[in-house]
Amino acid sequence: MRIEVAGENALIIYVGEHGEAGVANRVEQITRLLRQQLGADLIDLVPSYASVLVVFDMFRCDHLKVRNAIRDVEPLLTDDASAEGRIVTLPVYYGPEVGVDLEDLARNADLTTDEVIDIHRNGEYRVYAIGFAPGFAYLGDVDPRIAAPRLSTPRQKVPRGAVAIADRQTAIYPAVSPGGWNLIGRCPTRMFNPDQEPTMPVQVGDIVKFDAISRDEFLALGGSLDD
Amino acid sequence: MTDQAANKQGFKVVQPGLMTLIQDAGRYGQHGIGLTVGGPLDGEAFRWANRLVGNDVNATALEASFGGLVLQAQVDSAIALTGAETPLTINGQPKDQWRTHAVKAGDEIKLGFSTSGCRAYLAVVGGFDIPHSFGSAATVAREKVGGLKGDKLAAGDVLAASAVKEVELKLLPEWERPDYSADVSLRVILGYQQAAFTELQVARFLSSEYTTTDRSDRMGYRLEGPEVKPSIDGILSEGICHGAIQVPADGQPIVLLNDRQTIGGYPKIGSVLSLDTGRLAQLTPGSKVRFEAINIDEAHNIHMLSRYRENATRMVRG
Repeated sequence: MRIEVAGENALIIYVGEHGEAGVANRVEQITRLLRQQLGADLIDLVPSYASVLVVFDMFRCDHLKVRNAIRDVEPLLTDDASAEGRIVTLPVYYGPEVGVDLEDLARNADLTTDEVIDIHRNGEYRVYAIGFAPGFAYLGDVDPRIAAPRLSTPRQKVPRGAVAIADRQTAIYPAVSPGGWNLIGRCPTRMFNPDQEPTMPVQVGDIVKFDAISRDEFLALGGSLDD
Repeated sequence: MTDQAANKQGFKVVQPGLMTLIQDAGRYGQHGIGLTVGGPLDGEAFRWANRLVGNDVNATALEASFGGLVLQAQVDSAIALTGAETPLTINGQPKDQWRTHAVKAGDEIKLGFSTSGCRAYLAVVGGFDIPHSFGSAATVAREKVGGLKGDKLAAGDVLAASAVKEVELKLLPEWERPDYSADVSLRVILGYQQAAFTELQVARFLSSEYTTTDRSDRMGYRLEGPEVKPSIDGILSEGICHGAIQVPADGQPIVLLNDRQTIGGYPKIGSVLSLDTGRLAQLTPGSKVRFEAINIDEAHNIHMLSRYRENATRMVRG
């Protein structure tokens, strides 16, 4: 673990390299342990792929105290797989009607659209980070056979619930927004709902699985086909 | 109007100005769901507006960028306008900034366009009564969160506020007020991927002058000047703190501010002291800035002294 200064009241902990065994697991553990350890000295934490940003209240403590807290939690980290995150299953209606890039992606990958769907829905994805927009969860890693670069021209408007792929990441758009990821399906579950507790169905560290549903099931679950 | 706020009296927005936002100290502890902080770009001027009307320093107030705001009071109250030099009139009579003014129901409060600096802060006694979302009233338009409808003010909006009878009128002496026309030196705590920048690159960064561009907003200020190129193109996306200086492939630094994304994948050379991002955000395009390196311990000391000084500064009756 390496600790660097980030700003006047922030340190960043580099936990390891992305893809290295156990890194995402340690990110999740450090986030949880530091939240307890720092208590009211903590302003916020931003866990990501292989790092945790720690923002502290500089009028209550200093960076030395925060460094000590980080060193205190380090020996508590375990490689125990039971510390893995919760499993969250999200329904997805796959198909060209809502997944407007599915056919192009399949052609470029030399696969049928059904094969692309099967590969995507059989994957297990970790929530590596949440950011970009409220409720936008970066999930990985996508099977390299269906990894696809971002569109050269991003769309002005991607519908809420769009299930998309960019490189080896996948995500569900939490709200209508511009976006350059490849759309392959749509999820009727709200990924960000300010009027609901919890606001998001997932958090960093969780494992996401996708359950393929039919068009009728998608509509019955409240999904919308609007662009 | 059908919403509940419409039943409450306060201040009616006659003209919203170019971009007027409801702000409090900001939204904290919500990075886990991807929400940024928001809050006033110039915290010092924001706190003074609140202090002048006797509020808690973090009470809900308005940030008027570039001016143009016109309000009509529906209740008796008092106001104060701080920050960017912006002509202020009440019922057509010119009034001083950095000073409390009593207003009566029916009075028209008008801001002209800012002439020095570009963020003015208007506070009313007791603060505006705005429902909180995720623990704060701060508006982040990019996220459609906070304020009245997650967006800047619009004509016809009503900002609820309490009527007050007795108001103590105060002013901040002129010599205590910031000078927004002064040169801005941004103190930087080097950090993050600083090791990806050679000594020569860091030296160039700290010894060159940069110009603010028109591609600057509440997310960040894009600067133009001598290229500073890190030895790496991108990094794994990671948390971005206030003031972080992101350097994309074109070598032109971007100072990230209150409405920044919470994570990002560009290399960063360090972060600007928050006392100085307040000054940066007052600059209009074409202004010059320089960077100066400090370490995190110095940053703490500067903040402690600054807070002490701010608290010790006395307003006078006026």
